[in-house]
Amino acid sequence: MATTVHEPPKIELDRLPSRGSGNGWRNLVPADGDMRRVEDHSPMPASTGIWVGLASITMTFAAFTSALIVRQGSAPDWQHITLPPILYLNTLVILASSFTLEFGRRQVAAFMGGLRGQITNPARWLYVTLFLGILFVAGQTFAWVQLRAEGLKLSTNVSYSFFYVLTIAHAVHLLGGLGGMTRVIGKLKRSVLRRSTLDAAARYWHFMGALWLYLLLLLWMKL
Amino acid sequence: MHDMSAHAVQHGAPTSFIRKHVFSLDHKVIGKQYYALALVAVFVGMVLSWIMRIHLGWGSFAIPGLHFLSKTGAPGDVMTPEYYLQLMTMHGTIMVFFVLTTAPFAAFGNFFLPIQVGAEDMPFPHFNMMSFWVTFVAFLVLVASFFVPEGPTLGGWTQYAPLSAVGSVAGPGQGLGVVLWASSIAIFCIGQLLGSLNFITTTLDMRTRGMSLMRLPLSAWAWFITSVMGLTAFAVLMPACILLILDHVAGTSFFVSSNEVINGQILPHSGGSTLLWQHLFWFFGHPEVYIAIVPGMGIVSHVLITNMRRPMLSHKVLIYSMGSLAVLSYMVYGHHMFVSGMNPYSSLAFSFPTLVITIPSAIIVLIWLGSLYGSKLRINAASLFALGFVSMFISGGVSGFFLAQPSIDIMLHATYFVVGHFHLVMGVAAMFGIFAGTYFWFPKMTGHMMNETLGKLHFWLSFVGAYCIFMPFHYLGIAGNVRRYQAFTDDYLIRLIPVHKFITIAALCTGFAQLIFLYNLIYSRFKGAPAPDNPWEGTSLEWSTATPPPHNNFGDKMPVVYHDPYQYSVEGATSDYIMQTSPERLVNPHEEK
Repeated sequence: MATTVHEPPKIELDRLPSRGSGNGWRNLVPADGDMRRVEDHSPMPASTGIWVGLASITMTFAAFTSALIVRQGSAPDWQHITLPPILYLNTLVILASSFTLEFGRRQVAAFMGGLRGQITNPARWLYVTLFLGILFVAGQTFAWVQLRAEGLKLSTNVSYSFFYVLTIAHAVHLLGGLGGMTRVIGKLKRSVLRRSTLDAAARYWHFMGALWLYLLLLLWMKL
Repeated sequence: MHDMSAHAVQHGAPTSFIRKHVFSLDHKVIGKQYYALALVAVFVGMVLSWIMRIHLGWGSFAIPGLHFLSKTGAPGDVMTPEYYLQLMTMHGTIMVFFVLTTAPFAAFGNFFLPIQVGAEDMPFPHFNMMSFWVTFVAFLVLVASFFVPEGPTLGGWTQYAPLSAVGSVAGPGQGLGVVLWASSIAIFCIGQLLGSLNFITTTLDMRTRGMSLMRLPLSAWAWFITSVMGLTAFAVLMPACILLILDHVAGTSFFVSSNEVINGQILPHSGGSTLLWQHLFWFFGHPEVYIAIVPGMGIVSHVLITNMRRPMLSHKVLIYSMGSLAVLSYMVYGHHMFVSGMNPYSSLAFSFPTLVITIPSAIIVLIWLGSLYGSKLRINAASLFALGFVSMFISGGVSGFFLAQPSIDIMLHATYFVVGHFHLVMGVAAMFGIFAGTYFWFPKMTGHMMNETLGKLHFWLSFVGAYCIFMPFHYLGIAGNVRRYQAFTDDYLIRLIPVHKFITIAALCTGFAQLIFLYNLIYSRFKGAPAPDNPWEGTSLEWSTATPPPHNNFGDKMPVVYHDPYQYSVEGATSDYIMQTSPERLVNPHEEK
């Protein structure tokens, strides 16, 4: 680079920055809900931000995983946990929530794209997703209460310690997803929802589902 | 790069005092808040080091008023051995987390990264505000441990298990003190993760028109690289702290092994791995060294280029080298564990990348020195501190060669040699980077110039003082002086006490020299000469906006970038520098020939 000067790019000099929510609809999905037809493909901060956030969460659970593997192999005191059966039901619930969220995304896309007359309640499937999310957390809580009632606490054995830590950490992150979903619905109601916000919330939610499958496998397997 | 118009700042200029100065969404205010927090923290940390140094030189000396800090820890104003370790732990924790991480990265990065990329703010201002206040709460939680019955933890800033995980049986502060420490650090991690999220997204998505990645100034690159490290490193430390807290409050056995007997007491834990804590901690801990120093590298490069009036020998190689440091920092962490009892083959595996990491470090240093060679450097407080940074980084880095080799490290690991090494390369060098950044950017941040004479005096006293403190540490280490001891009673150590007295006097003098800086900072903030928009004739975007910058950074017209960041001494140009926003077009002289 040193002492050379490049050809100036062809760009207008007097562009004014835009403010407020006037651009709130700019990045919305088209009428038929086909995301591929969106003209502006440049990433929005919400889109990049969610990937960055997911990378951070991945690192956190990778640290927990390495701790589990090291701890399991470091001493013979590991008594493998028998997972409460309700966890399998919870798994179905969180998987179902991913499907309902995708239905919701298409509804919202169609609604935003101009089919307002045909879709009376675009947030319907998002509410269903929200309900399933709450159901999942309630199911997890039931599992914790059930284990405690059986006298299986955090300190009972280190496998139970990891069970509680991993499931509670996941539930806390899922509560964040529930907050995000509530925010998406709120923005939809106020007509200020951006495609990138909806996509970011959806990515987070799907990631939580995938993370749960991974944790279930990790807790189920004897490494 | 993204069209800024799509995501302009959504928050207008605040009107209430609370919104403007306390719970502000403005990245510039948040940057200043981080700086203020680091300033408070550094003086707390420095006073703690004074108390420790006085105790090491004159063990029976009563420090007036010390008993107010702790009646049990300092009866009759003379500290107990345990209290020495407690102060040492707090000194290390405060300095590493709340000074070396917050000032060069969070403070300057918050203020200048959005401006240098040409953005109106960070993309998630609420997260940004939370980032600071969460960090502030973390500081309060840590400081609160001074005031609980047993005082703060005495386990050192590394909090090695099992003594950090077994409670008060391991000594005063090892119960509630450790819980507060671990809680503070876990909260701190949340703050830094939120900050890193904003930094990465700002760099990738908020750049203005014409601002390609390679047109970012080196300081912006350094903050970006640091934020990637922060995102991955703090995400690992936080779960480690959670597990440590659970060992205390829930009776789990993550880090405490079976049949552990401490102070004659059999502990109820079983099967925990003490090495597990070290692995988790140092997987964060070594990148943390680079989280502290890489922003300084960027700041110093930026300051030097502006004052040399020419770019570095290679902009790209410097960026790639900083990136290499970040990647390699995750592969070398085990060199902190050569004496932990881990498999010797593991030591070998960690020793090799530790030696390899010296290559990008050496390339960076050679680029600095090669660029400085023959330049007509403008001498001012900022450029002097930048030179001081280079000097400290080299001096501290050289001793790293010795410590990278397990056979030598085993001898030196528990001695003052290591203390001298990391204080120079990580502590003092990073502090000099902070000072260079302060003298350089203070005019832009406040609208006032700092006093240059006082700045130069501050530099010379700090430069000489730092070497007087930390070079003898290497001598002490080679002589076998163990670290973390509060008194030296063995014959061979008694003979080294005069060296400790010399270091203590140097530390007190150097510490008092920082009051010159504090005076200059406060006086200049209110009474300093008005600063022009571009006092150092810089080229990057922060110098193309008003001083201090308006709420949205650039007023009504967003900047458009035409050039690489450092166009100095360009042949045929109308002045010796061309700003990034200047549409001036010059013909490449090499093409003409």
